[in-house]
Amino acid sequence: MEKHITLPLTQEIAQTLHAGDTVYLTGVIYTSRDAGHKRMCESLAKNEPLPFDPTDATIYYVGPTPAKPGQVIGSAGPTTSGRMDAYAPTLMAAGARGMIGKGSRLPRVVDAMKEHCAVYFGAIGGAGALLAKCIKSAELIAYEDLGAEALRRLYVEDMPVIVIIDCQGNDLYKSGRAEYLTRKQST
Amino acid sequence: MREIHVSRISDTVERLCIEANYQLPEDVKYAIETCRACEDGQLARNVLDNIIENYGIACREDVPICQDTGMACVFLEIGQDVHLVGGDLSKAVDEGVRRGYTNGYLRKSVVADPVRRGNTGDNTPAMLYTEIVPGENVKITVGPKGFGSENMSAIRMFKPSAGLQGIKDFILETVEAAGPNPCPPIVVGVGIGGTFDKAALLAKKALMRPLDVRHPDPFYAELEQEMLEKINALGIGPQGFGGRTTAIGLNIETLPTHIAGMPCAINISCHVTRHMTEVL
Repeated sequence: MEKHITLPLTQEIAQTLHAGDTVYLTGVIYTSRDAGHKRMCESLAKNEPLPFDPTDATIYYVGPTPAKPGQVIGSAGPTTSGRMDAYAPTLMAAGARGMIGKGSRLPRVVDAMKEHCAVYFGAIGGAGALLAKCIKSAELIAYEDLGAEALRRLYVEDMPVIVIIDCQGNDLYKSGRAEYLTRKQST
Repeated sequence: MREIHVSRISDTVERLCIEANYQLPEDVKYAIETCRACEDGQLARNVLDNIIENYGIACREDVPICQDTGMACVFLEIGQDVHLVGGDLSKAVDEGVRRGYTNGYLRKSVVADPVRRGNTGDNTPAMLYTEIVPGENVKITVGPKGFGSENMSAIRMFKPSAGLQGIKDFILETVEAAGPNPCPPIVVGVGIGGTFDKAALLAKKALMRPLDVRHPDPFYAELEQEMLEKINALGIGPQGFGGRTTAIGLNIETLPTHIAGMPCAINISCHVTRHMTEVL
């Protein structure tokens, strides 16, 4: 099913999304990957505020290439989400509800998603030039010293993503593969 | 004896780093487009269409195909009748990488220490492999290697009794364990034989070989074909969403080995398998 949604990702919106849905996101998202997640979790452990309000926020696991003159951002496809599994439940507990990346998640992340009604979206890995077209503005907001891993606020328009794991814990990686194998067997 | 100034090595490496990141090789594009024609699921087709559109944009607009512009793997085949002059060869290669990644607006993805981290800021050092070969040319290949797929690679030191079946099972097991993580459709580089380290290098070299060139030994050429078909029967599909196209190519490289062993390394690469070569 195709859906267009406007961020922030409220619980009401999250509950309408199902594994396998193609979703076009419009609104503000935040970029962060390995080193940025480590710092955010260190801040939360010390009861310090995050560089952005995590309530209903969507975090895009990406480290873009530098923007060329005239570009908003360089190529910006997703990185492997599993490396953020150690930190994702802490961020969901702080209010973050959406994650955009690619690849498998640990069961403890899926449990946290069910508990906090969060959604894991997949963007197409390796399609960084195409995905950059949906990013209309990019602003560095923290951790500048981390270079490509710095925290950025992006405004995206109709960013195409696919729901991989929904807030009920349904997983497209399992269902999509099973569906293909069943279809293949029956032909 | 032919003299080549190392500044020419720097210049070439710089250009190849940029071109390899902007332009997908023809053999890889052909393989993706062929697989697109065989895919019947709507989601799988959409993914492949987006991948095709993406490398088109990258080439037309001179931007990186993928934001992971990789570690710069540089292979130099240096003719034994060449005398390299004007400076330190490894420094010249790193200079080329530094300029390529800076001037090409490529991502700097290298940390100075594996445990303590800390970005080097210019994507150096290159992962440099040199080989002395007959002749008076220098062949330079740059293969930027992303780590989403590198992380899903594996090596195993088999007992010879494991035989061909052991290798087949290991290949399928590794692709299965990688699942959606390495951005399928993937390219699988397999190195069999040599020593522990040589097997890994063979697997990396297998990724540099065009996907439409088979192993010269028919035994391994057939094995390449057979394993590609078996991988594509797993159903992982483009991006792991289910479908036929889990891999677009599988190349095997081999070497003689010890009577006691059968090393096998599997280097996984994504659909953005990049390599660009130039001969000086």
